[in-house]
Amino acid sequence: MSERDELVRSLSGLALFSDLRDADLEAIADPELERRFGEGERVLRRGLSGSGFYVILDGEAAVEIAGDDEPRKLRRGDFFGEVSTLLDCKPTADVIARSPLHALEIPGPQLETFLMKYPHVTYRMLQTVTRRLRDVLN
Amino acid sequence: MAQTGDERPFPPGDYPVVVVGSGPGGLQASYCLSRLGVECATISRDDAPGGMFREFPIFQRLLSWSKPDAPAQPGTRAYEWYDHNSLVADDPQHQALVPPLMDRSYIVPSRSEMEAGIAAFAERVPVPVRYGCTWESTKRADDGRLVLTTSDGKYTCRAAVFALGVTTPWLSPIPGIEDVPHYVDTRQPEEYRGRRVFVIGKRNSAFEIADGLLPWARQVLLGSPRPVQTSVLAQATVRVRYLQPFEDHALGGGTFALDLAVDRIERSGEGWRVFGQGTTRPGAIELEVDDVIAATGFSTPLLDLGELGVRTVSQGRIPALTPFYESSHGSGIYFAGNATQGAPGLRKHGVGASSAAVHGFRYNARVMARHLVATHLGPKPACPTVEAPELATYLLEEATTAPELWAQKAYLARAVYRNGDTEIVPLAAWLDDPGDGAAAVTVEMDAAGEVYPAVYVSAGGNVRELLLPPHHLNDFRGPEHEAELRAAL
Repeated sequence: MSERDELVRSLSGLALFSDLRDADLEAIADPELERRFGEGERVLRRGLSGSGFYVILDGEAAVEIAGDDEPRKLRRGDFFGEVSTLLDCKPTADVIARSPLHALEIPGPQLETFLMKYPHVTYRMLQTVTRRLRDVLN
Repeated sequence: MAQTGDERPFPPGDYPVVVVGSGPGGLQASYCLSRLGVECATISRDDAPGGMFREFPIFQRLLSWSKPDAPAQPGTRAYEWYDHNSLVADDPQHQALVPPLMDRSYIVPSRSEMEAGIAAFAERVPVPVRYGCTWESTKRADDGRLVLTTSDGKYTCRAAVFALGVTTPWLSPIPGIEDVPHYVDTRQPEEYRGRRVFVIGKRNSAFEIADGLLPWARQVLLGSPRPVQTSVLAQATVRVRYLQPFEDHALGGGTFALDLAVDRIERSGEGWRVFGQGTTRPGAIELEVDDVIAATGFSTPLLDLGELGVRTVSQGRIPALTPFYESSHGSGIYFAGNATQGAPGLRKHGVGASSAAVHGFRYNARVMARHLVATHLGPKPACPTVEAPELATYLLEEATTAPELWAQKAYLARAVYRNGDTEIVPLAAWLDDPGDGAAAVTVEMDAAGEVYPAVYVSAGGNVRELLLPPHHLNDFRGPEHEAELRAAL
């Protein structure tokens, strides 16, 4: 394929999707899943049911937990929302756009099918989550 | 002053607001602004009202229903729930104008019935429009106001509402697609008699074409990378008319809905050759067909608005909007109609709003008009009020009967403030800044299709979510719901 749309190009550069074929990327790059947020806009809301899983395509976001003075920064390639989606619970933190934010959202009810369909993505995700756990334990 | 011999309203000049477009989005926006006392100049390049419905859908039948006889009386707010196609008005005489024009051969109106219904609204209210006036370019003046250059001259305004439709044919970036006819160039169905037709796309317009060609074509193949989500389709208005091709696919009627990423399209003698890669089932796919039709969608004709900071989503096709349908906070560039899908809302459980359809965006227009007035013209428009002891009863009444909340689930909400004021608001915006709000109610649907009322209670700087149980007849006004809500409030 000689010409690729912007969303497919953006996804193909992310570690999470680096093992996928072009046809898979095209299937994932659903324009209906594309989200844009303005600076300061809340992406994930603490205590609100029905949220989704987000992958940042461009921009910066911060995970804000009550009482935590140093919010964790999220950048291109990072993902969030997996805990509330996988465990079917309400998010315990807010995620707020800290610049214009461009993201892909897999709606909560679609995540299981998505991860079963693309096991390489699941593996990459597991690596990241394990790294986070190691950092917390250290 | 109008020029001599030109009886059209709104000659070029200074206006508080300019509305561009005379389809359902433009007329609804113009109506809502006028009801708030705003002098808005509505202009349109067309020569009559109706917008896209003057030409589309191509097979002359809508997807969204209107029920001429329903449990509620036409003209009432409750009836709006059963009539997804009429524009909404405060005066009962201007309500429900589409159903009386339907010949009842089908529960969804024909294109011409819909066009006539929109024209009736423009005529009876009336909503004056300067027809034959084409918006050409846009600038921001030094004082921050917007200047719209049109075929008739310049309009200056504090805010502009663009109701342009999502109507410009859009082709996905596939090599060879530039020679392929778009949906809008589909020929009469009998011209496809005995032919093998490949339709690029598996959304509304693709299924519409497949449905229209089934009686004529030898074989219809639909193809796009993502599989048809039957669970989503079952809840969508599209099922009303366009599911036949998918049933044909399932039962072996010669129709196929293929999951493939098209690599390129080539001419092959009198026909076409389509090359692609399977997505759900990997592998190369090559098809020889007589015709190809690109049902790849539409975009909003934004002209030069990008230079004024309007960003887009969906591969540049839809403007990215605030929850109040402004391109960015304070820009004064608003959108109405189908393009309001650029404000996606919370999409709880993956359920989207109905902003691409009349029954969704007619309510978005009211929200937009109130916000525009409060932000750019002032003062904030007056609200109806409710007494505090009635709060729980009122919220549950709204959850049961408010057409806004049913059309725009988990998207629009009825908010009640501590002084008793109430208004319909975008839920996402209210959750982030409830102000002196006490509570907001909406109707939600989960992934299993269960519909239930959700109440958001604001206290001490926090908003708490309260999900109430469903009811077998969707009536949430009983003692159990009331007791649970009163306890929470």
